[in-house]
Amino acid sequence: MTTMLSTPNTPGVPGASGAELVRPSRKSGARNVLSALAATWRRLPGTAKTGVIILVVFILIGIIGPFLIPYNPGTTTPLQSAAPSGSHLLGTTQTGQDVFSQMLVGIRLTLELAFWVGVIATALSVVVGVSAAFLGGVWDEALSLVTNIFLVLPALPLLVLLLGFLNGTSAGQGQLPVILVLAGLGWPWGARVIRAQALTIRSRDFIAAARETGERSWRVIGFEIIPNMVSLIAASFVNTVLYAVGASVALAFVGLTDPNSFSLGTILYWAQLGSAVQNSWWWWYVPPGVAVALLGSALVLFNTGIDELSNPRLRDARRSTKVAGRRVWPTDPTPVLGAAAGHGGLAGFARSFSRKSLIDEKAGDFS
Amino acid sequence: MQFILRRLAFYLVAAWVAITANFFIPRAMPGNAIDAILAKYPTLLPAARQALEAELGQGNQGSLWHQYVVYIGHVFTLNFGPSLYNYPTPATTIVATGIYWTLGLVGLATVIAFVVGTVLGIIAGWRAGGWLDRSLPAMMFLQATPYFFLALILIQVLGISLHWFPVAEAYDGINYTPGWTWGYITNVIDHGTLPALTIVATSVAGWMLQMRNVMVTTTGEDYVVAAQAKGLSNRRVIFTYAARNALLPQLQGFGLALGFVVAGALVMEIVFSYPGIGYLLLNAVAAKDTPVMQCIFLLITMAVLVANFLIDLVLVFVDPRVRSREATR
Repeated sequence: MTTMLSTPNTPGVPGASGAELVRPSRKSGARNVLSALAATWRRLPGTAKTGVIILVVFILIGIIGPFLIPYNPGTTTPLQSAAPSGSHLLGTTQTGQDVFSQMLVGIRLTLELAFWVGVIATALSVVVGVSAAFLGGVWDEALSLVTNIFLVLPALPLLVLLLGFLNGTSAGQGQLPVILVLAGLGWPWGARVIRAQALTIRSRDFIAAARETGERSWRVIGFEIIPNMVSLIAASFVNTVLYAVGASVALAFVGLTDPNSFSLGTILYWAQLGSAVQNSWWWWYVPPGVAVALLGSALVLFNTGIDELSNPRLRDARRSTKVAGRRVWPTDPTPVLGAAAGHGGLAGFARSFSRKSLIDEKAGDFS
Repeated sequence: MQFILRRLAFYLVAAWVAITANFFIPRAMPGNAIDAILAKYPTLLPAARQALEAELGQGNQGSLWHQYVVYIGHVFTLNFGPSLYNYPTPATTIVATGIYWTLGLVGLATVIAFVVGTVLGIIAGWRAGGWLDRSLPAMMFLQATPYFFLALILIQVLGISLHWFPVAEAYDGINYTPGWTWGYITNVIDHGTLPALTIVATSVAGWMLQMRNVMVTTTGEDYVVAAQAKGLSNRRVIFTYAARNALLPQLQGFGLALGFVVAGALVMEIVFSYPGIGYLLLNAVAAKDTPVMQCIFLLITMAVLVANFLIDLVLVFVDPRVRSREATR
């Protein structure tokens, strides 16, 4: 998972926002991949590093968590709504189920769902986006129209409607219906961006060269166009995963998914149903909520990190220098030494909006 | 003009797709209201099925094409039939009871979040790397928090532990009757505070981040540097030079958000039992009340489409680049 998410930024050319040419060399051994990863890691902004670390922790929990559960998450015991203790790390539910075990299973299920939604939806958007750009003409018009319509239709109400009708039949099928419905509505954002990018790549010389040499269309698409969009595809994958986490948890919370499988949203659904809030059983509903929030912010942090890697202005914006003890930002005019005198903290911040911060009228300051 | 016509044509096609999907989804899916009612009363005799079908108009209705034509006619006359759950109240009447609550609450909260987020974004973008900018990750955590989870926390802390605010319904129906009385209005505001706070807290960061990013990019433009070189005050440079252009993408997002106001904060309304559109929709879904579902879905879709179109219009007037792009087309 980490490899998959991080490779795209490896040899990013600074300045070519999003459009960096990633030429994967066929010979790259494991060591090359590792050193490239290390180089990317060093270039990531601190916030993005935090995001990656949180993500890795979640993925590890998702992989090994279900093997570590101390109790069966569905088993009811007489120990009802007990506060956290040594034997039940996160307490028990109203029916005596172990919340800690439910969390371990829930993180796995939610990640699994988000991953598959991400994979299916991203695949769809690549297919739609690239074929629209590559086929052009009527095909482009038609595919773009479909994409834009899906973009403008309100997704959440449509999801509620679809899952509401499916609800009677989805009880025993686990997450499959939700994955399919979420993926079916989650592809248009990616498709639009990928189409735009594929259009610019299509007009480059090396594509023309590949066509001149008689390469077949599918080969040009698969070996020339798509490898050059890896970073964009990865970004749209992360975005889709974010959407899937949020939407699936919300839908599970209102009881539109299978209530018998313990995803993070389902735990919250049962907590709400069991009046956990009214009874102040915080250990039941706070852990899943915080887990979702952490997972979501990790994805957002990671994505803004990618943004900053590819957009030099966003990256440089964070660099402020110190001149004569005063912080100076790239937006400031060239600092005049006199202006550096004694304004710090909130007062300095407020002052920075006034005309005086630009031109200091007191001649005496220029000493 | 041609740009506007093109957009209008697009929205009409989108509206037709939504209307058609709204027709086919209930028919393609398993289960219907009659089954739901029969499941609720297992003692009913099989003959009751025919009686129910006849009464609710759900039996054999002729060919699919015929049904479709009839349905389209009903859409244009806003006749979605009686609600199956609250028979025989028309679906539109039921939906109308929710729309004002949603518009008032979610609309106000959206506007507040937009204004606060945009202003904070301007400051954070101008002083990128400053203290406000560095607080963004914390803001993102708030934004990544699911609406309803924050709502649960607020209910727990401000509602149940501190007793500051009521935690459910839109007003106290026992002590107050709706009307333009001081007591009733303050009661409504009291009940709306927590839901509104939830929406504002979770959506401010999104506006802020977007505004900040565009602002950072705009601040590097030559015309902003030139404005500063002229010696204009920072305030002037920020608001009339940088932020003015950075606002355009923000406006587009605002249009979308306004459209979604009608959808309500679906899940938030459930948590607070707030009688808005989202609450009605989820209740209708639970009861398989097809007419109400269809009515609400169309209402939401049309609101989104109309809001998008209005923003397109506004952009044509506000942004000369859209006009010139149109001229060169």
